[in-house]
Order: sequence, then C-alpha cells, then structure tokens
Amino acid sequence: MIGRRWYTPWLFLLPSLVLLGVFYWWPVLNTGILSMTDAHTLRGGEFVGLENFRRMVDDAFFWNALENSLLFTVGVVPALVVLPLLLAVLVNTKLPGIAFFRTVFFSPVIASMVVVALIWSWMLRTDGLVNYVLQRLQIINEPLGWLSDPSLALISVIVVTVWKGLGYYMVIYLAGLQNIPDDLYEAASVDGAGPIRRFWTVTVPMMRPSMVLVGTLSAINAIKVFTEVFVLTGGGPFRSSETLVLYIYERGFEGLEMGYASAMSLSLFVLVLLFSLASQWITRRRAAL
Amino acid sequence: MVGSVSGRYLLLVFVLVITVGPFLWQISTSLKGPDENIFAFPPQWIPEQPTLANYLAVAGVLPLGQYLLNSTFVAGVSTLTNVLFGSMAGYALARMRFRGRATIFALMIATLVIPFEVIMISVFVVTRGLGLMNTLTGALLPLAVTVLSVFIMRQAFVKLPAEVEEAAFVDGASEWQTFWKVAMPSARGSLAVVAIFSFMFAWDDFLWPLIVLRDPDKFTLTVGLVFLDGQFSADQRLIAAGTIIAILPVLALFVALQRYFFRGVGQAAVKG
Repeated sequence: MIGRRWYTPWLFLLPSLVLLGVFYWWPVLNTGILSMTDAHTLRGGEFVGLENFRRMVDDAFFWNALENSLLFTVGVVPALVVLPLLLAVLVNTKLPGIAFFRTVFFSPVIASMVVVALIWSWMLRTDGLVNYVLQRLQIINEPLGWLSDPSLALISVIVVTVWKGLGYYMVIYLAGLQNIPDDLYEAASVDGAGPIRRFWTVTVPMMRPSMVLVGTLSAINAIKVFTEVFVLTGGGPFRSSETLVLYIYERGFEGLEMGYASAMSLSLFVLVLLFSLASQWITRRRAAL
Repeated sequence: MVGSVSGRYLLLVFVLVITVGPFLWQISTSLKGPDENIFAFPPQWIPEQPTLANYLAVAGVLPLGQYLLNSTFVAGVSTLTNVLFGSMAGYALARMRFRGRATIFALMIATLVIPFEVIMISVFVVTRGLGLMNTLTGALLPLAVTVLSVFIMRQAFVKLPAEVEEAAFVDGASEWQTFWKVAMPSARGSLAVVAIFSFMFAWDDFLWPLIVLRDPDKFTLTVGLVFLDGQFSADQRLIAAGTIIAILPVLALFVALQRYFFRGVGQAAVKG
C-alpha cells in the first residue's frame, strides 16, 4: 500500500469500467431516455413524453405478451421450486453410483437453450417421439399438436424450460441440504418419523431460505424468457405463446420502433424489480418471526 | 430398508431416462442414413444404417464450420477478457483503498438487478453507433467482462492474507507484479470458475448474437443452427448432428472440470 500512486487502482479498473460503462450503464440510462422518444432505427427520436406508455396501455398485443409471460412464470416457478428439491433429496445419499446420477441430471444445464429447444422441437412435432411415447403409455389417444395448438404451445415451452432448469436448481438445493445437521434427522427418526414425515418436518423448514432463493431466481429467469419461445414456437400460433421479451424484440428489431420497445422494456424491469423486492420481503419477514 | 433402496434406484433410473432420453434420441437421429425414415412409426432408436456422414456434411458442406469458428472466436476471446479484466477489477476492489471504491461497487451491484433483456434495445443502439453491427467484435464486447466475473475474483482476492502482499512489496515488486505473480496464482480455482462460465455463457448465448449479426457467414453456432432449422429444406439428421457438435466442447469441459461447474453454480446463485 505504501508509495502507490493514486491512479493505480483506476488503471486496474479501467478496462472493466469502460466496457461496463459503454455496454451497460449508458444503455441503462438510454433505455429511460429512449422510452420517452419516438426513436426509430432509421432516424433519431423526438421527445414525446409519456406517449409510449399511453400506447402500451391500449396495445392488445402488449397485454397479451404480458399475460403470457406471467402465465409462463406461474407455470415454471412452482415446478422449479418443488421438483429440484425432490431431486436433490433423491441424490443426497451415499448409495453406490450416486455421483453418476448427479452428474447426468446436471447435464441439460450445460447444453445451450438453443440446443435444448431444437432437440425438443424435434420431439414435440405432431409425428414426434413425445406423442408416440404418450400414446404407447395410453396417456393420450391421438397425437397432439404440442407446438401448433394455441392451447398447448405455452405449456410445451414451460415443460422444456423446467426440464432444462431441474439440474441447476438441484445443485443449489444440494448445497443447502449439506448444511442440515444429521442430528435433526436422527432425532426425528427416534421420534418415529418416517421418510415422508422427516421430509416435511425437517427438510422443508430447514430448506426455506434455499426455496426462496430458487423461487426468486427462477421467477426472474422466467419473466425474461426468450430463447426457448423463439425457437420452439416463435411466439405462435397466433401469438398464443408470445412473451414480453419476444414482443419487445418484434417491435424493436422488426418494427424498428426503439422508443416504444424501450418503454416496454421498462415494464419488464419493473417486474424483475418486484420479484427481487418480494423475495427480500419474504426473507426479512422470516427473519423477524 | 432394501425396499427403499431399490425404490430409490427405480426413481433415479426414471429421472435418468427423462434426462438422457432426449439427448439419445437426438444422437440416434444424427446417425441415421439418408434412406432411413426418421419419422418411422414406431420410432427407431437404433439406426439401421448408422453413418457419420451427417457430421461430415454439417461440418463441411453446410456453413456450420464457419459458425463453429465464429463461436470459438467469440467464446475464446470473451473467456480471456473476463479472466484478465475481471481479475484486475476484482483485485482493485478487494486489495486497494481509494476514493470512489464504494461508488464503483454500488454501481456494479446495481447491474445485477437489471437483466440484459431490459437494455437490449439500447445496447443495440450503442453497438450500431460504434459501427460494430454485423461484426464478431460487436457480438463479443458486451460479454467481454461481466460483473459476475469481477465479483467472483474480488471474493477470491479478499481472502488472500495481507502478509503475502507485503512480503512481495518488501522485495520491491510493483503493484502489477504483486497482482500477476502473487495474487493470480493463488486464485486458480476462482479463475477456472470464471473461465468456464464465461466460455459457456458466450458459447450458449443466443439473443445478443441474434440481434447484432445479420449475415449468415457471421453467425455463431446457436444463431446458425436456428437459422438452418428454419429453412424449408432443413434435414433433421443434419440439424441433429449440428446440435450434438454444439454440445461437445462444453461437455468436454464439464467432464474434465466438473467440480468447478458445481462451485460456479453456488457462487452465481449467491450473487444473483
């Protein structure tokens, strides 16, 4: 620390500050500015006040996209809070070969969402593998249009998102499970609690903080969903699976309406912020109890 | 007890089938010959005329070889820059005292709550303003250093004992030499985590390259695969081979450096 020049720390920070400044902090400010202009890709924008937000309120496609994003989130989050927890409990033993299962369950995480979505779009075709298996198991009688039926498209995307996310959240839960003292399980066993009772009286209460964390992360990831929707359905059929980011992309990069798209981006930001605040509120309320 | 152990294995195998099945089906499709009916009913898991021709076709005939090169460039450079710049910034934040440090730190934390999707329109405007549209540099720069890389490295350097640094200083080492020769080697584990996650993030990224790249010969692998899949003449055998090729580099990393992946998920989760 002795004899250091005042600018030394800034030299260390310089590359990061320049990159973050140009590609992060400035765009954050500019999103706010653009949202109040009628900026178009081909020309600069004029200040229009809250016009874009007024337009949003009247835009049925915006509300449709918002509704789909919320439905998607409501579908994905409970599944990703519960299923990976069960999976983590399942692999949290010392049985022979368990490391193999743990590793394989994690594998969808390392594949890109594009690859996962392409694999599933192949399987979810009307003449695809999923319909065949479900028919063989007599769960369905005839092939369903998983990606072509407006009432199924969003559900199919939810299934793919959950499938890809299982391993990631399982690893987060595993870290939490390792912090539960064995005595608690032993005490519960002595009291005559079976595996299911032990799960409810020991695991679930002890894992609450992890569950809040997983709930928050999966909700934030769900509300900004893009890739799997884009690849699997393109938002269709008839916008039945079009989510918020897809619509922002459409208005911004196909409609070339930078101002209006920025205004809608702010609504996405508000949702992300709400999810973060909600999770902090839950955590704090728990701590207070 | 025996019943519960075998029950557990039964469940494990059930999940295994659900996890691996889609990958196996994709591999199976990618190995099927041109005369084989890939829509056969019932589905044919074992190819009747197994062939690697699809892989050769995809790497040679289709522009997939170019996509591979582009992805390698973007992911490779972004790994280097994240490791280098992330460590430098993390080192300054962890080991140096200066006016403005708290402000910089707060600004960085703030970025964690604002996802890329919120600012993508403006990132596009900036990138176009810099004349980087439709270039690999444009695809790369917004990923060149992430706040997560800075934080992981800061965390690693905070734990470094002060005596080590002081000893280096007494020996006449400059700040840079101390950073490069003392601090960096002591943080190998965290460097590996940053390297792996930067590579994987850039390799798997889709939305930004989709926005910034326009000409098919500039596409990265993810954008290129979706582009090929959208063609009417798309041959599912080739798409399947392409997706398997796209997984391989990250899979190899994962097999070799598994523990860093698990460690990284923990660190990313706490930060996020």
